[in-house]
Amino acid sequence: MSRITPSSFDAESVRSQFPVLNRELKQGRPVFLDSAASAQKPSAVIAKEREVEEQYFANAYRGRYSFGARIDEELEASRKKIASFIGAASGSQIAFTAGTTLGLNQVAFGWGRSRLQPGDEVVITPMEHHANFVPWQQLVRETGATLKMLPLTADGRLDVTAFDDVITRRTKIVAVCTMSNVLGTVNPVSDLARRAHHVGAILVADGAQSVPHSPTDVLSDDVDFLVFSGHKIYGPTGVGVIYGRADRLEEIEPIVFGGHMISRVTMDDSEWADTPARLEAGTLPIVQAIALGTAIDWVNQTGLESIHAHEQSLLAEATRRLMEIPGMRIYGPSPQYKGAIIAFRVENLHPEDLAAMLDRRGVFTRHGHHCTMPLHELLGVTATTRASFAAYNTMEDVDKLVHAIQFAREKLRLV
Amino acid sequence: MAGQVSLVQIRIMSIDELLEEFEDLLDWEEQCDFLIDLGFELPKFSADLKNEENIVKGCQSLVWLVAEPEVSDGVTVVCIRADSDSMIVRGLIAVLLAAYSEKTPQQILDLDIEALFQRMGLNQHLSSTRRNGLHGMVRRIRSIAASNCT
Ligand SMILES: Cc1ncc(COP(=O)(O)O)c(C=O)c1O
Repeated sequence: MSRITPSSFDAESVRSQFPVLNRELKQGRPVFLDSAASAQKPSAVIAKEREVEEQYFANAYRGRYSFGARIDEELEASRKKIASFIGAASGSQIAFTAGTTLGLNQVAFGWGRSRLQPGDEVVITPMEHHANFVPWQQLVRETGATLKMLPLTADGRLDVTAFDDVITRRTKIVAVCTMSNVLGTVNPVSDLARRAHHVGAILVADGAQSVPHSPTDVLSDDVDFLVFSGHKIYGPTGVGVIYGRADRLEEIEPIVFGGHMISRVTMDDSEWADTPARLEAGTLPIVQAIALGTAIDWVNQTGLESIHAHEQSLLAEATRRLMEIPGMRIYGPSPQYKGAIIAFRVENLHPEDLAAMLDRRGVFTRHGHHCTMPLHELLGVTATTRASFAAYNTMEDVDKLVHAIQFAREKLRLV
Repeated sequence: MAGQVSLVQIRIMSIDELLEEFEDLLDWEEQCDFLIDLGFELPKFSADLKNEENIVKGCQSLVWLVAEPEVSDGVTVVCIRADSDSMIVRGLIAVLLAAYSEKTPQQILDLDIEALFQRMGLNQHLSSTRRNGLHGMVRRIRSIAASNCT
């Protein structure tokens, strides 16, 4: 992996590789600040999808003809790239899934359903995305187990001092996001994994937000499962990844049946294929899974460390500039404890009005509860406006965001 | 109460006047500013009207709506008032009030509000949550009209 120092990171040249960001809108180039929802794709990823479609598309793992063989090869290559990107030993520990949401449901129900009993506890946090909240809520209801929350500090970090009170011998599963999609908070995953293992529980990491933005090492963090989505890491929609420690992955029972997850079916019973195929029911999102490997290549070539440093410098500058705006309130800890996401409200400015006014300036943010209603309830607001940054954002984008907020304040007669 | 209502009505322009002004505007930028202006002119609800019962479901922004039948010159018309925490939604409320105010329940039920939204290009410029919210308000108004139809 090439290591470039942050100062040599050329955001303009990164940006130029993203066709959609170089469109000219009425307001100029789009200022895309919604990568936490879905990132844009570089030409390399789009070209790979085209290559597969135009040159050798076929269904996977079935065809005894050259296209099919090429597809299988490409899929396995993608698995290997993903494995090494997150520090996993082998491509066979990577199961393709539709995205973080389906992946977390597979882990929750495939691993938890047969293991949880009344009296057992599942520990999550109030900052979880609904995808890492609702499956557990449903699972404990079904099994008679209990759902517990790790408390937050006033600035939106996990309260480390409460860990030992909440994670106890009754805990069977600790499921946390590696980074909050609203507060931006980066959670101490390896510490949580250690404590979970100490009481005989497993650690499930929702990596949707952190995997695209900072290095992941599933071995040193010692997580049992890690799930993330392709579309947030400059890859296609419709594909995601479940990583499992080799023994854990074997412990997940399939919850979706049919297709190449089957090895044998009789009138009375069925047997499953080996892992990871066992967890990949139906036809895979083939083109997407292959192009996800290309997205990972792109991140590696650009340099994840330098992307991270660049995004953190945008975060620091944006935070500083936004805090100068009267009535500004940012939710979440200070930049040193978080990734490049800023959820905010401006006093007397409705978050959707704000997002609509920013749109008029070509600044694309998201408003609402961001699929974290329990967190918003805790924050005491129904909605926030969120700006999230990625490799292709520039200091100019930060500047345009600040000016667009000023524009909104003027239009809504706050100045 | 009656005084408050007439105050509202004085400020409501007819839907034809509103459309004329709206369609004279150059683009969505100006139209959005116009909606915001309407929003600023819309009278605010007092705190007691902002209760749970008056909240319109399906809106991401908070919307409170009161619609009551009133007899004026021997005919029953539906008197509608509404408020929101969003200024753009308040502008949309002003559009709805212009379309629906002083109408009999039957006239309200007969009005093709979708055609109005189409004509104003609202479906194109509003987010799906805002469109849902707008339809939530329309449903509430129509159901009140329906229950006052004779
Ligand atoms: C932290 C987190 N978890 C889960 C998800 C769900 O991801 P997906 O919609 O790709 O399934 C998201 C993204 O929306 C997220 O930010």
